[in-house]
Amino acid sequence: MPIKQTGLSRRDALKLTAFAGLAGVAMVYPGRRAFAGLKETTLLVTEGRITIDGDSFPAITMGGGVPGPTLYWREGEEVLVQVENRLSEPTSIHWHGLLLEGVMDGAPGFNAYSAIAPGESFTYRIKLRQSGTYWYHSHSGGQEQRGMYGAIVIAPATPDPVKADRDHVLLLSDHTADHPDHILRKLKVSEGYYNRGKRTLSDLSADIGRDGLAAAWKDRQDWGDMRMDPTDLADVTGYRFLVNGKGIGDNWTALFKPGERLRLRIINGSAMSIFDVAIPGLAMIVVAADGQNVLPVKVDEFRIGVGETYDVIVLPTEDRAYTLMAEPIDRSGYARATLAPREGMQGEIPPLRPRTLLTMADMGMHGDHGSMDHSTMDHGAMDHSSMDHAAMGHAMPMTPAAQEGSPRGWEQAGTPPGKRALRYADLKSFTRNPDAAAPTTEIALRLTGIMERYIWTLNGHKFDHGDPIRVRYGERVRLRFINTTMMAHPMHLHGMFFELENGQTDRMPRKHVVIVPPGKEASVVLTANEPGDWPLHCHLLFHMNAGMMTRFIVDPPAPAARS
Amino acid sequence: MMKRMIKATLAMAALALPLPATAMEGHGDMLIWQFTMDQLEQRWHQGQDSTAWKSNGFIGGDVSKLRLKSEGDVSDGTVEHLEVQALYSVMVHDFWDFQAGIRQDFRPQPQTTHLAIGFQGLAPQFLEVDAQAFLSQRGDVTARLDVETDLPLTQKLILQPHAEVELAAQKVPETETGAGVSEMKLGLRLRYELVKEFAPYIGLAWERKLGETARLAKADGHDPDDLRFVTGLRFWF
Repeated sequence: MPIKQTGLSRRDALKLTAFAGLAGVAMVYPGRRAFAGLKETTLLVTEGRITIDGDSFPAITMGGGVPGPTLYWREGEEVLVQVENRLSEPTSIHWHGLLLEGVMDGAPGFNAYSAIAPGESFTYRIKLRQSGTYWYHSHSGGQEQRGMYGAIVIAPATPDPVKADRDHVLLLSDHTADHPDHILRKLKVSEGYYNRGKRTLSDLSADIGRDGLAAAWKDRQDWGDMRMDPTDLADVTGYRFLVNGKGIGDNWTALFKPGERLRLRIINGSAMSIFDVAIPGLAMIVVAADGQNVLPVKVDEFRIGVGETYDVIVLPTEDRAYTLMAEPIDRSGYARATLAPREGMQGEIPPLRPRTLLTMADMGMHGDHGSMDHSTMDHGAMDHSSMDHAAMGHAMPMTPAAQEGSPRGWEQAGTPPGKRALRYADLKSFTRNPDAAAPTTEIALRLTGIMERYIWTLNGHKFDHGDPIRVRYGERVRLRFINTTMMAHPMHLHGMFFELENGQTDRMPRKHVVIVPPGKEASVVLTANEPGDWPLHCHLLFHMNAGMMTRFIVDPPAPAARS
Repeated sequence: MMKRMIKATLAMAALALPLPATAMEGHGDMLIWQFTMDQLEQRWHQGQDSTAWKSNGFIGGDVSKLRLKSEGDVSDGTVEHLEVQALYSVMVHDFWDFQAGIRQDFRPQPQTTHLAIGFQGLAPQFLEVDAQAFLSQRGDVTARLDVETDLPLTQKLILQPHAEVELAAQKVPETETGAGVSEMKLGLRLRYELVKEFAPYIGLAWERKLGETARLAKADGHDPDDLRFVTGLRFWF
């Protein structure tokens, strides 16, 4: 049954913002002088329920729902958010991507902020210094997985360079009835517990048929030597994938009139799932990444890591429904939304693409593994038509087997021939980078872990078992992420944007999350101009909770520098 | 007997359940535990059936754990072997734990207490290895090497080859064990994972006493060679 959902038009959003602004003026904040631009919101955090495709599950709700309410704010405003914890455990809310004072960042154990005790409340106060698409979520235990996430849209103080007739938020997430504590325990005690795509005997015979006995055998041996599994793309399966808290059958729908410019603000608020996003039949013009404007780049699909956001413009001209597909990289299901001129419509759902197999290159091995040379495979020649479309109704589809014709290598999304997938190298900051100085410090951060034990670490240390990263205020720093593991890690820094060294010279995109593919490196630079004790972590929830986090400490400016 | 053992297992499960698997303050330090009944099986043998088990469990953190292991068998209502180990286990390598502790053989009688040390972990090619050396209260030195692996035929149908070798540095009269390689056990079990935690299986278990141990067994009227069809359950929680 389609859910009634009216996307806010740009005009509505403006009206709302203006109204809320007025409300802020009218409201008297105890003990403080009310002034223009002060805006107050209350968020009640409580045990509640979420209904997905007719099935009801326990969840943690913020403001009564999952996701929490979308917070429409305006750059320059000072916002107050009073969070009341009605849970029986401590909670917290982190403002993902926002520049703010450390204590307002909402990560317990950092910046002298501590979790909100049961029955207590905390008022966050943030002077908005930016615009764009962001989100908020719990930073306590596994609460985010249980439903504590919501979107933030901050309108710019100056006219928005991105013109659109309508504006929709699409918050992607992954839902499971399994409690996050149980998931982490199962991952710890039973490696591969959730992997339903392990290589079997029939895979071996298929590989022998294709690559020959010697090559197939050597491939098995190479993986066996490392005690790793090339089908290991996602740690957790059994998820239902949601758009704005809605399942495949709920069919969350964004409305448009043919010929309109739609701005879609796509946020990956899932716990563990990296998605490939496409709208078959519609090109997407990427206009912002992680809330920051980029020079428009036209693509057919993009991969979105956990914690990342992309704003895209689409221009549907036909009077028909389009399907937005978000497929997790292990292809264990999909999330969909519909763009339609009217309620109750739905577009065609394309078949899931085959899942990729990891290769020795994903392990950081670049030797001449004879059997591994699939990188030159012609993916365009893959035959998608032979897949079973009929089985793809509202039921969970079978995970396409990673066998014959599977793409090889983490970065292969199985992009259809002639279609273009966004690469990080395509992202160019809309404005030139303000600080052109070369980094004076380079910090190497190895992303490390022991898959077999589900121990995840940075530089070989679990959180607070190793030394924090410490930089001086104002220092220009290069951070090199060196992924020594076979999983991709979306690395997130609180409190500051970094500039992604993606080959652009003075237009490096400003981001707060960078996906570091398995066995690869990524480097970012930043000017350490936000003093604080900031979390730097992998945004895969269970990697962070297993220890893949460190402190990025920016010492406050010396008194002399202040004057 | 089978029933009693299942009851005992359930009781152990009930004891273990109240332990929370919740993350402690901070990230990365949590208490974890697991109990695995790797083999709980009926070994069919021309009217001389026996019931055997092999289990292990642990509680602790990522690095150090308390680990318990038990194995034994029962035939004709008599417990022939009952061995329990309590070990301190510490991670010494990505894939290996060093373990040290006590092994108590409650049966056969007289009971024997051993000091036990060893390494347990995952060898290349996904071989699960448990290598242990024992020093008994009588000064006898023995050793055991246990290797098994899982070969998925499908996502749910798993073939598990298993091999075990027992060694003794000297003759151990109490257990009719001769010096040298005393016994070899080979097993092949095919299980169907209804869920990951619960899998019935069928298989073959072959036990062969060797060298002096075989001669001692023969002299005692026992067949040193024992091949059995087995049916059993593998489960963990």
